[in-house]
This record gives sequence, structure tokens and C-alpha cells, in this order.
Amino acid sequence: MDAPVEERFGRSPYLILIDTDTGTETSIQNPGADAAGGVGPRTVQLLVNHGVKAVVTGQVGGNAASALQAAGIDAYQYRAGGTVRDALALYRAGKLTRLL
Amino acid sequence: MNVAKIAVASGKGGTGKSTVAANLGYSLAQERDVVLVDCDVEEPNLHLFFQDGRSESPVTTPVPVIDTSACTFCGRCAEQCRYGALLVLENDIRFFRELCHSCGGCSLVCPTGAVREEMEAVGRVWESRPFPHLRLISGVLDVGEIHSTRVIQAAKQAAEPAGLIIYDAPPGTACPVVETMEDSDFCLLVTESTPFGLHDLELAAAVAKKLCVPAGVVINRSDGDDAETMAVCSRHDLPVLLRIPFDRKIAAWQNRGELFAVHMPQWQGRFTDLYTRIQDIAGGSR
Repeated sequence: MDAPVEERFGRSPYLILIDTDTGTETSIQNPGADAAGGVGPRTVQLLVNHGVKAVVTGQVGGNAASALQAAGIDAYQYRAGGTVRDALALYRAGKLTRLL
Repeated sequence: MNVAKIAVASGKGGTGKSTVAANLGYSLAQERDVVLVDCDVEEPNLHLFFQDGRSESPVTTPVPVIDTSACTFCGRCAEQCRYGALLVLENDIRFFRELCHSCGGCSLVCPTGAVREEMEAVGRVWESRPFPHLRLISGVLDVGEIHSTRVIQAAKQAAEPAGLIIYDAPPGTACPVVETMEDSDFCLLVTESTPFGLHDLELAAAVAKKLCVPAGVVINRSDGDDAETMAVCSRHDLPVLLRIPFDRKIAAWQNRGELFAVHMPQWQGRFTDLYTRIQDIAGGSR
């Protein structure tokens, strides 16, 4: 929760899954973060497999955006350079711009 | 054995690869059959030197088509796809055509046989005969496509069988360059005496070495002071086989999209000699 937010969605080395009902946090590694291409859809697949409904990130590429839309996952933008905790606080307060 | 396939590469774009390939091809075609193959499929430009009607044939590649009535959305296809071309949702599946590398892995791993492959066009091969002994074949990748190596393979196939083939390689040192150099007997590296030119020459030379293709250098736009280039070449054991001077007359023909060897016939002899030297270096070794 104290780690800085990676601004590039598909290149995020870790994804922090937060259950907003129970408040539980799980960290999963993004195996495709260093891949040559197609990281957007592959990261979205990971979110789909974990039943994620919304994502907070800096920016999403074209393929990631199509994949997120296809999967019905909302995307919110956080680019203040803070930690995952900071981003989550702004998300909960409804202060983040919606990307998708 | 005769050197049958020469790749002209440089690492850096704009160095004069196509100029060397076109003038070499034209000069050698005065005495024998030559096929020039433009493997720079993203920006083929060799045809600009020649005027002739061309025929065209499509290049296709297999892409998956998913039968959603047979699909169980198990996700194995997406799991094995290294390029993120497939996204499996709860009861839907999305295919990102522009990310697909046509490996066919998805159809192999599908447990229910829901994935079949269909051929789709990714580019074209142009073919013309601008001179009696010269065939020109150009690979042309469709805009937005990633399958450049598929188009390069198709262009190379269209050239066969032939006695002498000259490949005009793409710039850089990535997959398309490897695909072009791979089965060549010799790699002619074109360079210019600039820091960027020399740096990229070293990278291209390293690729040729890795592929075990003997290489030699052509210095283009030489201002006569090539000490630095010579130092790089000797450090990498690369013989300098030809120097094309920075010459207004050559530049003028070049600007008109013409072959300077046509208008300055002494160069036909120099390019023929270049080929003889390539034979001497690589002919006996393979």
C-alpha cells in the first residue's frame, strides 16, 4: 500500500487487488509487465480472472482500453505520483477522473 | 561454390543501402541474371530506381477464428498467447487482430476445437523485369500490420530459383533484418562516416557475425577521410570493399531517382569488381 503507483497500466509490475467491501488487499505479480507487446490485454485478462470491476492507473494504451471496455471494467486516472494508499483514498472520495 | 545470395544491410536508415543494392544489381545484370529483392517491406523504395509495369500477388497469414458455440471460455488460448491477442471473458471472447503473430498456438491448445485458422492478407509482393537480365521483387507490408517477416519470406520465395539474388535489407537490427540476412552467403554493410552510421554499422556487423554470414563494408558518401571508419572496420575484421565518394554528379542522378551506374559506366566495372571480391572472400568458405 506504500508503494508508488505505476502510471503505465500494462507495465505495472504488481497489481494491488482491493476488496472495497471487506477492505482486504492482495498483491499479485503481473507476469507480462516486461513483455515485448500486448501487455495491455494480458493485464486486463489477469483482472478479469480475478473478478476486478474497476482499476486505478495513470494511463491506458489503445489495446488495453479496448480490452477494459470489452471486459466492462471501469478505469480511473491517478497521476499525482503518490502511493497506492493515496490513490485509493482519492478513489474512495470520488475525486478521480474516469478514463473509461 | 558461387556466392548466390547477398544481403545489403546497414543498421542505419538513409545510408545508401538501396542505392548500393540497385546499382550493384544493375551492373551485374549486364552479364548475368540477377534478382533484386526489396526486403524493406515497411518502406520499400527499390522500385523507385526502375520503371516497369509490375504484377502483384497477395501475402497471407493465418489468424484464428473462434466458434463461440463450441467455446467453453476456459481461457487456455489467452493463457498461452504471448502477445495478448485474445481476451477471454465470462462468456465471450475478444480477438485483437493487430496483436496476433499467427503462431497458431491458440488452435493447438483449444480442448474443444473451437479455434480454426483463416488466411488473411497482410501485404503484397510486386514483381517486374526492368532490364532483360534483372528481375525486381518487392515485399510490401500493409499499413498497420506487424507480419513483416511473413512478407519478407514471401518476397524471398518469389525470387527463387535464381542464380544470383541481392536482398535489400530493412534498417536496424531487429527480426526483419535477421529474416533477410539469415540464409545469405554474404552481407554487404553500407555505412557512412558519421558517429551514428558507425555505431549502427557495429550493431549490424554483430548480427551478421552471430548468423555466421561473412561481411564486408561499402563506405558511402566518403569525403576521403575515412580513418575512423577504417579503425572500426579493422577492429571488427571487416574488409572495406568499396568507397563511393561524396560526389555532386552521383548525388544529382540519385536525386532524379536514377541509377548512377547507368550514367557513369565506370561504376559498372567497380560494382562488378565488388562482386568479384565478395566471391573471393566468401566463395570458397561455404
